[in-house]
Amino acid sequence: MKFHLNGRAVDVSAHPMKRLLDVLREDCGLTGTKEGCGEGECGACTVLLDGEPVNSCLVPFAQVQRGRVVTIEGLSRARRLQEAFVTEGGAQCGICTPGMILAAAALPRKASLDEIRVGLAGNLCRCTGYEGVYRAIKKAQRKSKKVGQ
Amino acid sequence: MLHGTTVRSTIPHGELLSIRPAFDTAGFTIVDHRDIPGRNVVALIEDDQPCLAEREIRHAAEPIALMAHPDREKLLDARLDIEYRNRPPQLDPTASTTVFKKLSIEKGDLARGFGQADVVVEGEYRTGHQEQLYIECNGVIAVPEDGGITVYGSLQCPYYVHRALTVLLALPPEKVRVVQTETGGGFGGKEEYPSMIAGHAALLALKARRPVKIVYDRAEDMWATTKRHPSIIRHRTGVTREGRLTAMEIDVLLDGGAYVTLSPVVLSRGAIHATGPYRCENVQIRGRVVMTHSPPNGAFRGFGAPQTQFAAEVHMDRIAEELGLHPVRLREINLLRPGDTTATGQRLGRDCSAADVLREAVRRTDFRRRRRKLAGTDRGLGLALFFHGSGFTGGGELKLASKATLELTEKGVRILVASTEIGQGTRTMHAQIVADALGVPYECVEVADADTGRVPDTGPTVASRTCMIVGKILEDCAREMKSRLGGLSSAEFLARHGPLRITKQYEKPAELAWSDETYRGDAYGAYAWGCDVAEVALDRDTGEVRPTHLTAVIEVGKAIHPTFVAGQIEGGTAQGIGFALLEKVQLKDGAMANSQMTNYAAPTTLDTPPIDAVILEKPYKHGPQGAKGVGEIPIDGPAPAIVNAVRHLGIDIREIPATPEKILESGVRSLKPDGAR
Repeated sequence: MKFHLNGRAVDVSAHPMKRLLDVLREDCGLTGTKEGCGEGECGACTVLLDGEPVNSCLVPFAQVQRGRVVTIEGLSRARRLQEAFVTEGGAQCGICTPGMILAAAALPRKASLDEIRVGLAGNLCRCTGYEGVYRAIKKAQRKSKKVGQ
Repeated sequence: MLHGTTVRSTIPHGELLSIRPAFDTAGFTIVDHRDIPGRNVVALIEDDQPCLAEREIRHAAEPIALMAHPDREKLLDARLDIEYRNRPPQLDPTASTTVFKKLSIEKGDLARGFGQADVVVEGEYRTGHQEQLYIECNGVIAVPEDGGITVYGSLQCPYYVHRALTVLLALPPEKVRVVQTETGGGFGGKEEYPSMIAGHAALLALKARRPVKIVYDRAEDMWATTKRHPSIIRHRTGVTREGRLTAMEIDVLLDGGAYVTLSPVVLSRGAIHATGPYRCENVQIRGRVVMTHSPPNGAFRGFGAPQTQFAAEVHMDRIAEELGLHPVRLREINLLRPGDTTATGQRLGRDCSAADVLREAVRRTDFRRRRRKLAGTDRGLGLALFFHGSGFTGGGELKLASKATLELTEKGVRILVASTEIGQGTRTMHAQIVADALGVPYECVEVADADTGRVPDTGPTVASRTCMIVGKILEDCAREMKSRLGGLSSAEFLARHGPLRITKQYEKPAELAWSDETYRGDAYGAYAWGCDVAEVALDRDTGEVRPTHLTAVIEVGKAIHPTFVAGQIEGGTAQGIGFALLEKVQLKDGAMANSQMTNYAAPTTLDTPPIDAVILEKPYKHGPQGAKGVGEIPIDGPAPAIVNAVRHLGIDIREIPATPEKILESGVRSLKPDGAR
């Protein structure tokens, strides 16, 4: 099946009902996408499908035909966000981090704290209490403003 | 590589009569207890827990057999028919007569203390199971190699797994190698349980002669693995009219589940912290942990202390209410100060900071005025004062005799420890301590993987010990290395003198003394101290309580890495909010019925209020750079602070989680005029 993965056209052969999560990890070798619950609750497997964050454990492979999938490995435009997660304690054990960063990357650029909280409500983190995550996103926003983006 | 799976009992108590495959077994590897080459136990404190049940079934989800196959889908369809003889399960800890451990802590003369009291306040407090809910489930890969086995896994304590495997597989230590892989959270949930799953994968791998991977899905992980011990704690306290505690009689009961696991030490830590951080000359603490036919409970951040300090701090607010004293005043009168003694008779040093954390928390939140302002509204304000011992309890560190090694590299130095990085910052913090003591840049320090084939036994990564205890051994190694280098760079030293390795072992500070027989003495090298203030909002129609702000003031000796320390405080506080309000383990046949994230509610971004993490520092003389432990203390405070805030609303809660149903059941009694409260 043909789709765009991290900006490149790919053709991957897998069962149409296989979870996108498993296709990415097993057929594409991209293990940055994590499984936390397998039922769409924790958001650890979040990827962007046509720009929208989705739980890849709930997406059958058939649904991504001709779509654009972005995983943590392909998120080149969010370097500031990734750096801010490191310096602000946005990541501890790291298992929720890829999904958290993808969900954060899909937030409006000037998201308020309330918008951030609502936007990340589907991404569970057991380590940080979310404070470090908010600090990281706010810091990345400030940096973006400074360079006029 | 084969995928492995575990066949588990569906009944809580009974006997196994027969096991028959209900499928074509060609191509499958199937293991039961008869395939175990060594002793059929998960070796830990007591060797009572079988790796695979033989005849007796003691809890639902108990492992009975193992299956492996190259195709995961085929494995999902494979079923074993198991015949049982059911026996009635004992699921009520208060009725259980099988006691795993009993202890008693005595100080002064209880009868005399009650004689001095003007008022006696009694109460019973309960806390429920809590699931660790690390986002990465338990998982291991076992690889048969060179007549032995190597296990790679998501785990906290490589040497616990190592020892368990040598016993289970009857292999010499050098034939077993355990390597920690990047671990997606632990919180105690990967302290003892990985010995079980590693044993299972190893048995399958040895029989199949191929690598085997077992990764639990979320439902199995929550149904089968350890949880926080539920508790029932009774307080009877004598107090003078002025508010001085004269007698504390405390009874602690923990539900251990079906096997001993770590229950005796959870009970010890719980009981030692059961008075809260208060001075009282006459104390009696009785503790027991009993067996029930539910999956064994085990380590979870805080290790007994969140349960007992929940009871102590809610009880303190009830005493204040009884006396018409302000809750801050009651605490100021009784809190432990330098030179005071704890329930075990431990005399506290200058780093005792109960007064400091209380003062700072009250000041920052403008507690008294804010509380008066909120009185009579749908918002409440409460606080909790607490402490937490760093390191193993009592003589534990001496018995562990942890070792750490530094070796010289071309670029600088390499740390070799079995301490694991599970998100709390172990590697960074250890490297900082070593770099500072050696006087080299941080970049010159590397940290070896936690691989038992390479690193010494540094003890488990638990008990708020990885900074204070292991960090200190590393600091001592680095100091000795600095003097051996004599001003040479590492490259110069290697060129002139060859390799240099320094290994040091934990040394007990001379002044620490402890008796396991009497529970008297220095229970911990040092304590961290904390005060939480919670503000909550009540929805009177739904009974829902939402924390709207939480302040956590924690004294940690020295924050080696302030961002990580704040992260420990914020994360532990969020887990404490879940413990207080949201996280309810619903039981069916003694095991978790709601073993899904869908219906076990851990705090999301929308459940977690702004958390103001405040770090205070009063150096401990035997800690690296003065540091004490911070991993666990943040989870001791939120539950009592929140429940005391709910009490401020006029709702009497003595059991958590305080779900909306419980709040409504408790009834919203009319608010008293605030008065002295």
